[in-house]
Amino acid sequence: MSTMSDSLVIARRNLIRMTRIPEMVLFGLVQPVMFVVLFTYVFGGSMKIGDSTDPDVYKNFLMAGIFAQTVTFATAGAGAGIAEDMHKGLIDRFRSLPMARGAVLTGRTFADLVQTTLTLVVLAVVALIVGWRPGFAESTNVGKILGGFGLLLLLGYAFTWIGALIGLSVRTPEAATSGGLIWLFPVTFISNAFVDSRQMTPWLRHIAEWNPFSATVQACRELFGDPGLSSSGAWPMQHPVWASLIYSALIIVVFRTLAVRKYRSATA
Amino acid sequence: MPGAIHAEGLVKTFGDVRALDGVDLDVPEGTVLGLLGPNGAGKTTAVRVLTTLLRPDSGTAVVAGVDVLKNPNEVRRSIGLSGQFAAVDEYLTGRENLQMVGQLYQMGARAAKARASELLERFGLAEAADRTAKTYSGGMRRRLDLAAALVVSPPVMFMDEPTTGLDPRNRQALWEVIQELVAGGTTLLLTTQYLEEADHLAHDICVIDRGRVIARGTSDQLKARTGGERVEVVVHEREDIAAAEEVLRVLGKGETAVQEHTRKVVVPVVGGAKLLAEVIRELDTRGVEIDDIGLRRPTLDDVFISLTGHGAGKGEAK
Ligand SMILES: Nc1ncnc2c1ncn2[C@@H]1O[C@H](COP(=O)(O)OP(=O)(O)OP(=O)(O)O)[C@@H](O)[C@H]1O
Ligand SMILES: [Mg+2]
Repeated sequence: MSTMSDSLVIARRNLIRMTRIPEMVLFGLVQPVMFVVLFTYVFGGSMKIGDSTDPDVYKNFLMAGIFAQTVTFATAGAGAGIAEDMHKGLIDRFRSLPMARGAVLTGRTFADLVQTTLTLVVLAVVALIVGWRPGFAESTNVGKILGGFGLLLLLGYAFTWIGALIGLSVRTPEAATSGGLIWLFPVTFISNAFVDSRQMTPWLRHIAEWNPFSATVQACRELFGDPGLSSSGAWPMQHPVWASLIYSALIIVVFRTLAVRKYRSATA
Repeated sequence: MPGAIHAEGLVKTFGDVRALDGVDLDVPEGTVLGLLGPNGAGKTTAVRVLTTLLRPDSGTAVVAGVDVLKNPNEVRRSIGLSGQFAAVDEYLTGRENLQMVGQLYQMGARAAKARASELLERFGLAEAADRTAKTYSGGMRRRLDLAAALVVSPPVMFMDEPTTGLDPRNRQALWEVIQELVAGGTTLLLTTQYLEEADHLAHDICVIDRGRVIARGTSDQLKARTGGERVEVVVHEREDIAAAEEVLRVLGKGETAVQEHTRKVVVPVVGGAKLLAEVIRELDTRGVEIDDIGLRRPTLDDVFISLTGHGAGKGEAK
């Protein structure tokens, strides 16, 4: 019994499902693309980053935030998928098989990672089309840019484990979808993703700067050479790459443990 | 020696519902146990406990020689489960579903593929094999689910109402599959609402109600417990009911029962066919014209109704 081979069997199953329901993947793409376009053109001229209100600055500032928000939305997909498997009795079928503990969940998170990668690629292309230019503020290179995307994928992967726990805890796929999304709004908006956190009231600014999500956004801005880096003295803002790695790893360890434990005792 | 499935004192409560209230079961290797009981009796709960899906509050269970509570993963290698509701992935084809299950039973990809084809053929799904299960009818899903339970020919099988929703031909076909499996040494615990099915397939029958075993034995033993043979007469004319009743009272052994609106008179008897002939002669002598007459043995339905006080499929456990 191998966790990896069982997880791959389940991942393959979930990927096949995605090809059979292409609408789901498509809607997953439309929403972030819409965000890129709306934020760029609607908010573009009125946002102040540092001392600049130049729309080009905001555009380049914004992208890392949208990328990061997009990867976290995979949480809802993972949760809904697992809740549906419970609802349909598939989890019972899996639990009666001599398979590795946790492989059902790991397989699901792998499949979601593939989908997140696909979404990010499309989104990066759209971002380049509307005028995102890596290296806009500081010099960068391909290695750093790929590193930034790596951090984004890791964050998305970590969040699917939160989704898995939500999916196992609620009774219906619908509840898992909304339960998987609602809390993401405060998490992604009380952050440095869409606005310059220096312009927030002090207590909000504290939360934003220590928000795990902000660390990845800041790390990406640094690696992409985007404008608007926070100069805050908060540790995650000073060492965003490390902070991002540590936060994501912590989320994975904690939520994987909780989700696998829940899985073992879950009953539909 | 304990059987391939052996449970003692299983208790499982959900809030204040005692779904299992001290259930003991023993299924000798290579035999079929039919688990009967009205809706809500605890059949599915018992199956879920024995297949490692649910931990009982107390009690012990051993399946295929392995302790279910201490070593669930070991048990899972030796069992196949077809639950009450078909658990198939709707977005995978029939073939993909079976291949996946095979691989999760740790078969190699190629072996899983071969086994899937074999099972699809056997369960009459070969033509639909490469369509997604979403397009399957209810009976086809049921059969796919049963096939999934048989992927590795496990020594111990659990089937929770396997033939619910199958048409008579497919039910017959499944019975044949089950008989083949059992002939090959498989031990089976089967729950069913079709008493005829238990009669046909099960070596032993266990009736549960409200989480307790209320009767067990072979089908013949249970029928004998419920009472012996009866003679039933339906007379042609309503006026003849009294005469027929008198004949049956004299020849029968026990109280006669009369159903006015169907013109039916019933009495318990001993003596079988010989006595039946005597009843016919006597009625003939008296000039009673009859529409129907017969010797009736109790069915498992009679057993069920007399034991649980309500028919199969009717009414929830109180
Ligand atoms: N997860 C659960 N939560 C709460 N109550 C439950 C749960 N599962 C079963 N029960 C209750 O336990 C009792 C036994 O249920 P079970 O499903 O074992 O009955 P059953 O004999 O399989 O009935 P049926 O013939 O209708 O399938 C019922 O009263 C049911 O409501
Ligand atoms: Mg049931």
